Amino acid sequence: MAEHGLHAVTALGGAAPRMAEIGPISITERFDVALGSVATRRGRAADVVRGASDAGLPLPPPGKAEFGGQWSAFWVAPEMWFVEAPFASHEDIAAHLRTIFGDAASVTEQTDAWVRFDLSAPDLHPLFARLCNVDLPVAPVGFATRTVIDHLGCYLIKRAADQVTLYGPRSSAQSLWHAIDVAARSVI
Amino acid sequence: MTQSHRIAGGQIDRSTTLRFSFDGQSFAAHPGDTLASALLANGVRLMGRSFKYHRPRGPLSAGSEEPNALVELRTGARREPNTRATVVEVFDGLQASSQNRWPSLRFDAMAINDRLNSFFTAGFYYKTFMWPASFWEKVYEPIIRRAAGLGSLSREEDPDEYDKGFLHCDLLIIGAGPAGLMAALTAGRAGVRVILADEDFRMGGRLNAETHAVGDQTAASWAAAAVAELASLPNVRLMPRTTVLGPMDHGIYSAVERVSDHLPEPLPGKPRQTLWRIYSARAILAGGATERPIAFENNDRPGIMLAGAMRAYANRWGAKAGDRIAVFTNNDDGLRTAVDMASKGVDVVAVIDSREGGDLLPGIRHLRGAVVTDTAGRLGLTGITLRQANGRAETLQVDALAVSGGWNPNVNITSHHRSKPRWDEGLLAFVPGEGGPSGLSVAGAAAGVMSTQGALHTGQAQALAVLESLGRLTKPADLPQAEDAPVRISPLWHVAGGKGRAWIDQQNDVTVKDVVLAHQENFTSVEHLKRYTTLGMATDQGKTGNVLGIAVMAGLTGQTIPETGTTIYRPPYTPVAMGALAGRSRGPEFKPVRLTPSHLWAKEQGAVFVEVGNWLRTQWLPKPGETTWRQSVDREVLATRRSVGICDVTTLGKIDIQGTDAGAFLDRVYANTFSTLPVGKCRYGLMLREDGMVMDDGTTARLGPHEYVMTTTTANAVPVFRHLEYVRQCLFPDMDVQLISTTEAWAQYSVAGPNARKLLEKLVDQDISDAAFPYMAAGHITVCGGLRARLFRISFSGELAYEIAVPTRYGDALIRRLMQEGAAFDAVVYGTEALGVMRVEKGHVAGNELNGQSTALNMGLGKMVSRKKDSIGMVLSQRDGMTEPDGYRLVGVKPVDPARAISAGSHFLEIGAAPVAANDGGWLTSVVYSPHLNSQIALGYLKAGDQKIGRRMRAVNLLTKVDTEVEIVSPHFLDPMGERLRG
Repeated sequence: MAEHGLHAVTALGGAAPRMAEIGPISITERFDVALGSVATRRGRAADVVRGASDAGLPLPPPGKAEFGGQWSAFWVAPEMWFVEAPFASHEDIAAHLRTIFGDAASVTEQTDAWVRFDLSAPDLHPLFARLCNVDLPVAPVGFATRTVIDHLGCYLIKRAADQVTLYGPRSSAQSLWHAIDVAARSVI
Repeated sequence: MTQSHRIAGGQIDRSTTLRFSFDGQSFAAHPGDTLASALLANGVRLMGRSFKYHRPRGPLSAGSEEPNALVELRTGARREPNTRATVVEVFDGLQASSQNRWPSLRFDAMAINDRLNSFFTAGFYYKTFMWPASFWEKVYEPIIRRAAGLGSLSREEDPDEYDKGFLHCDLLIIGAGPAGLMAALTAGRAGVRVILADEDFRMGGRLNAETHAVGDQTAASWAAAAVAELASLPNVRLMPRTTVLGPMDHGIYSAVERVSDHLPEPLPGKPRQTLWRIYSARAILAGGATERPIAFENNDRPGIMLAGAMRAYANRWGAKAGDRIAVFTNNDDGLRTAVDMASKGVDVVAVIDSREGGDLLPGIRHLRGAVVTDTAGRLGLTGITLRQANGRAETLQVDALAVSGGWNPNVNITSHHRSKPRWDEGLLAFVPGEGGPSGLSVAGAAAGVMSTQGALHTGQAQALAVLESLGRLTKPADLPQAEDAPVRISPLWHVAGGKGRAWIDQQNDVTVKDVVLAHQENFTSVEHLKRYTTLGMATDQGKTGNVLGIAVMAGLTGQTIPETGTTIYRPPYTPVAMGALAGRSRGPEFKPVRLTPSHLWAKEQGAVFVEVGNWLRTQWLPKPGETTWRQSVDREVLATRRSVGICDVTTLGKIDIQGTDAGAFLDRVYANTFSTLPVGKCRYGLMLREDGMVMDDGTTARLGPHEYVMTTTTANAVPVFRHLEYVRQCLFPDMDVQLISTTEAWAQYSVAGPNARKLLEKLVDQDISDAAFPYMAAGHITVCGGLRARLFRISFSGELAYEIAVPTRYGDALIRRLMQEGAAFDAVVYGTEALGVMRVEKGHVAGNELNGQSTALNMGLGKMVSRKKDSIGMVLSQRDGMTEPDGYRLVGVKPVDPARAISAGSHFLEIGAAPVAANDGGWLTSVVYSPHLNSQIALGYLKAGDQKIGRRMRAVNLLTKVDTEVEIVSPHFLDPMGERLRG
């Protein structure tokens, strides 16, 4: 508990993140990751690349995510990335990122704008075939894209052959969970 | 009942016997049977009544083209009308019943229509139900609705779930007959991703219905082996029970997979059906062909069916259509039925072949140059009358008649993008024309290649062409040998000369006479023919009748068949359950829900929620003893203005705008100026559309030299963000601006009322005195000993007010802490109703006033549109008609008698003026009850309203019959000088 004494609730409204095992599919709400956006300011691309390189922060190309020890990132728009870091050490992730990028990039805290669900199963394709228009079997590890699930704009990241991360709008976490849950029960 | 008409052979599992019922009578069947094949095997030919004349009907076909054998399946909420018995898989316990009859299928009182057929000719309802006009809705429509239709709905909620999904492949093959299987084998072996979809539960198409050999195997065995090989290939997805409904755009095909329709009910958690969107680089249509009948008198009796269907029932399902049969054909394919049925031991009484000359079938009475002229049998065929080549009439006692008028390639999907099919004079059928859906090729009978060998060959050839286009050129494998008979057919559409009715479209009871009548009345265009006679409508969409009808019309007009043309083909190929289109989006899951950070707390408190877009917001929060919403809302308003109230305003859009040009960017998108806003301050902003109308409003704070946070209305959060992105990317791409939504990242609460500061001082770590944090201040703060937060001193209620924001995960804690600390001030939480009351009391515009048709001038905010800079909408806000002094102006309204009611939507009328449009002075946009003024009050747009302050008018609502004398006042009902909010 932080000094301020205000308790935190997860996007699904619990004190602890929710987990579910549906057949071979596991769904885990993640509450321990800070998220920030980094957008290159005009004419400052070289400075951003230098800052990222110095900090060991990846800046993947379009459609990609890269995973590092402290920093991971996925591409979201031209010259713009979402950056992940451990929440425990980077709760104020925007402050950390401003230190790295200075005024070369516009930085915004995004941690609580999203709910993150990690899904894993030996074969996630049947599930995702019912969730979104992403051709998961041919997507390489490190694939990242924006997609729509149950009317909700989401980011999808293929972390491993059997692991996918979804970021969905936090206020609709219950709806997104429901969509994943019923689809999972439909395919097992 | 025994399976009296079951014969040897077929692809049914005789080791298992299933029980099913039809109209309450129990029957036996085997796995692999359709409802139609099982009923035929049990000697049941009568399966339905026709749409208009209630004629007894049996199955015409053995597939999805079936016009007649429509039944209701299951009972209770799962009852489904208008299903085709010819494609329903029998399962143990299946309950089916006939429809469109009363009191029973065998005795249907509505069959009187058949006697009155002269009153029910084509277009009769256009001529009959014309006057008096007062009868249209109250008399005619109920009568027609009761008489029309086929089956009936359960009127209960569908208990099943439906999925939607997305599939991707290199090649989609539609149809798993010889062409489709060969194409799939060719492409599958080459390693590309293949989806093979077929509407049937057993893949193989006509291979399962014929007695040909393919290579050294029977056709059915070859098909089974091909399916087994395809199933072993990991790059091939086999989708039986899946109907491709049609091509959409860009290589996308929609398809319905009937996941559970062959089961009594879906397994737990499983959908009944799945609607697939298939993204395919290429597609091959191998959908085969549909046989068509010949029109002759009384050609619709149970027992008369298409020749290909009759031998399919015998060969695939081991069910004979009758004991003594005849065949009526104009082509060689019909002869196969005679041969196959004879080989099954059925008595083939005669083959009536309309073609003159040629070889005769050995061992069968084969009449050349003959036609069937009439039939007999009330509930089923008992005999036929034929006319031999020499003109002699003859009657034959038969209980089944196979009819073949030729085969129509299933061109539908090739024409779904408006490609016109081409007439093939050799086949006497339409074949795919030029310009079909991009990436789609056609193989087999669908392409007009009618032999099995031709199907295998074209299936392989089209697959090879696809592989080459995908850069996967492959050497062709050797094809097995199969029948390769040419198509020999002579035109015969209609046996002329009789006086009775000859059916063209059996589902819609369209006869040759109807087409003749349409021609007489000049409905000769094929599209007019369809609408006038209903030819080709309803569940089968004329799959068996259309070409026949076109040919008959062509004969009447003297045009050729291709000149007459076809109607437009549209998806879906076969009917689709509405549930499949809805998928999971139904009931509470119709759309996603957005929950506010205070939702948990508010729910605990018994809040009443209201949907605002997808958000659920607290509308009011009842306390014990409050029995009406007004009591709760009045209390919330009074308590807020008296002490302090808290409202969750997280739903307002928040857009982070950064970059060295952020200020200049805002100057463009807002009508007023923001580049001069000092850091640490916020300002009310008005955003115009290009046309000068107000798009949205809200406050924007400057948190740093190059960092702003814009707030938008809840409703316009997404449209405004989209607009800003458009402006950034398209209008001012050279500006250094970065945008991102932060709406959900922050839990934001309005804390309003005279004690707002005192309450916040208990939480905020910094000095927020009026001097340190004056009106319209904004900035980063910390709360509760260190949590990063934002504070804005802005007010929508007109009170001393702040909006405080913390990271969303702490929003639940913050509302609880605010209420805990607020107890000393009798703090309340107020909902959207109280919010609405207070903003109307203060004269602030909201959604009702921001209606997309109002200008800043209309709202009394004309001076906010700066002329010192260019901004979106500024120029057009000054155009003619927008700036007239007598245009609409925002005014306040209160009833002269405070006890009188006024309602939103009422129109302003001068006292004594008639309530007609010419006297309309404007309208009331928002009406609330003000507990401070003890009266309803309203905002409204009134012509020259600013010049009418103090006048008395009427607020008239002709719908609610409210006519109330009102006084026009300033929209600022409360604290017009703003002393409270600066307190």
